[in-house]
Amino acid sequence: MTDLLKAKFKINYSGFDLDIDLNLPARGVTVVFGPSGSGKTTLLRCLSGLERAPSGFLQLADQVWQDEEIFIPIHQRKVGLVFQESRLFPHLNIQKNLLYGYQRTQPDERNLHLDEVVQVLGLADLLKRYPDKLSGGERQRVAIGRALLTSPKLLLMDEPLASLDTQRKAEIIPFIKKIEDEFKTPIIYVTHSMNEVLQLVDTMVILNSGKVVNWGSVEEVFSDVRLRDAVGDEQLGAVLETAVSGHDEEFGLTRLDFMGQALNVPKQNIPVGQNLRVHIHSKDVSLSTAIPAGATSVLNILQAKVAKIGTLDPKGYSVDIELDAGRPILATITRKSLAKLNLKQGQPIFAHIKAIKMVHEIDKF
Amino acid sequence: MDLPLIDAEPIWLSLQLAGVTVAILLVFATPVAWWLANTRSRIRVVVEAVVALPLVLPPTVLGFYLLILLGPNGWVGGPVQAMTGSPLSFSFAGLVFASTLYSLPFVVQPLHSAFESVGKIPLETAQSLGASRLDAFFSVISPLARRGYLTAIVLGFAHTLGEFGVVLMVGGNIPGKTKVISIEIYDRVEVLEYAQAHILSAGLLLFSFLVLMMVYTVNRRLPVQVT
Repeated sequence: MTDLLKAKFKINYSGFDLDIDLNLPARGVTVVFGPSGSGKTTLLRCLSGLERAPSGFLQLADQVWQDEEIFIPIHQRKVGLVFQESRLFPHLNIQKNLLYGYQRTQPDERNLHLDEVVQVLGLADLLKRYPDKLSGGERQRVAIGRALLTSPKLLLMDEPLASLDTQRKAEIIPFIKKIEDEFKTPIIYVTHSMNEVLQLVDTMVILNSGKVVNWGSVEEVFSDVRLRDAVGDEQLGAVLETAVSGHDEEFGLTRLDFMGQALNVPKQNIPVGQNLRVHIHSKDVSLSTAIPAGATSVLNILQAKVAKIGTLDPKGYSVDIELDAGRPILATITRKSLAKLNLKQGQPIFAHIKAIKMVHEIDKF
Repeated sequence: MDLPLIDAEPIWLSLQLAGVTVAILLVFATPVAWWLANTRSRIRVVVEAVVALPLVLPPTVLGFYLLILLGPNGWVGGPVQAMTGSPLSFSFAGLVFASTLYSLPFVVQPLHSAFESVGKIPLETAQSLGASRLDAFFSVISPLARRGYLTAIVLGFAHTLGEFGVVLMVGGNIPGKTKVISIEIYDRVEVLEYAQAHILSAGLLLFSFLVLMMVYTVNRRLPVQVT
């Protein structure tokens, strides 16, 4: 049986409501995604115990952290917190920062030690230095290590990479992946970066205006036509799990297998058989009822069926269509096209995929 | 020219008084300042005003009420006399009590603003790492608030050294017991011994100047930001 994280919070501040009822698997990386002001940070504060929702319930595996009577204070919860800013203590050197929580953890509860964390996060050269002498990326690695050394039962990360440049992000993401691999600590990860989502996510929770819009695996969640408000027009689209089936050296392409159909992407330096997660923006998908008779420059054409037609906004010009290609795919077409194609639910259709964005290697946890 | 003879006793007494007062104030002012920096309570403004009162009250007013309070029939002096046989007024202990109140704002206010500038984040961070509030206070908050502590100690000490009105009202002018530097200076002037008055006054002036300069210099060098 999988351990669960059960969380139920209701908060009414002036101008902001949070109303959440979640049962999440307590393993892997759960990404909480949503626009700013959607309640992501408040949710994390409730989970950590920094905030006490008046009538809340929180249980991790068999431990109740909050109910009508109980409220375990944050320093007894064993949660690790990592924020956008590293929040290192400026008066302590890196080693003392790392050990601050470790020394406050019962010896029999310590399942991680300084040496392992220093090695995994590559901190050996930093130990004697002070936080103000470190780069942003280094500080963030120390902050992650410091949280891990409390042997937390849950690691909460609030946009931990938001203040870093692309290169630093690329430097830290592998470390976050390693945490789950090596230390088996479940992670709740708040972000509004699609890029981080695709690289890290196992379970996805979409928040908007303090409510859970949808949650589940990334494939299910991202093909939901209701997501437009929460993720924005730019990022709306399906996320597909594929496997590398071959390379085309002549044309510099990599062939991916997706539910028995083939997709071509620019050549990736990844061995055959490796899993790849791809993001197909809904506005990059166009539809036709038959394979066009003439030649087309579009390489990727998938056979699918019309699964669901999104709500028509009489003032808008476009509509979101959910297709079933074994897995859901989203397409955004004009209302005029919808009328011209006369689409009906269940109708076979060809999806022309003009671009496949953000191809990422997946470590299967 | 012979240097006029200086009676060291008032100096020694002043230093003792200031030292004891500051030590007591650090213990009592810290929780008050911490509370002020963190509370959302409505009585916060009342407490802030009470703490600031010694800044604006004439020392004679404060001294007058303290005299009554600490005297043989006062709320504090009465029980003390019943226990020890002598009241608090006109004693060193009474002076310490009075100085503690008189210098309270000089210790509370720097600590208050230091705790405010440290903010909630270091506390929350320490707690998330398993520290209780008290533990977090001693291991993180107070080291980060050390500028505030330095200012509070120095201002509290210097201000106690310089007090006059309250001491005169509460302690009188008893050599070896309550006669501190500021009162000694007053005495010297009264009997027209300007040379002695000069030495003591100049000493106090120089001391105060050096101490303030030290505070400003050191405060520039201490790191306080959590990044």
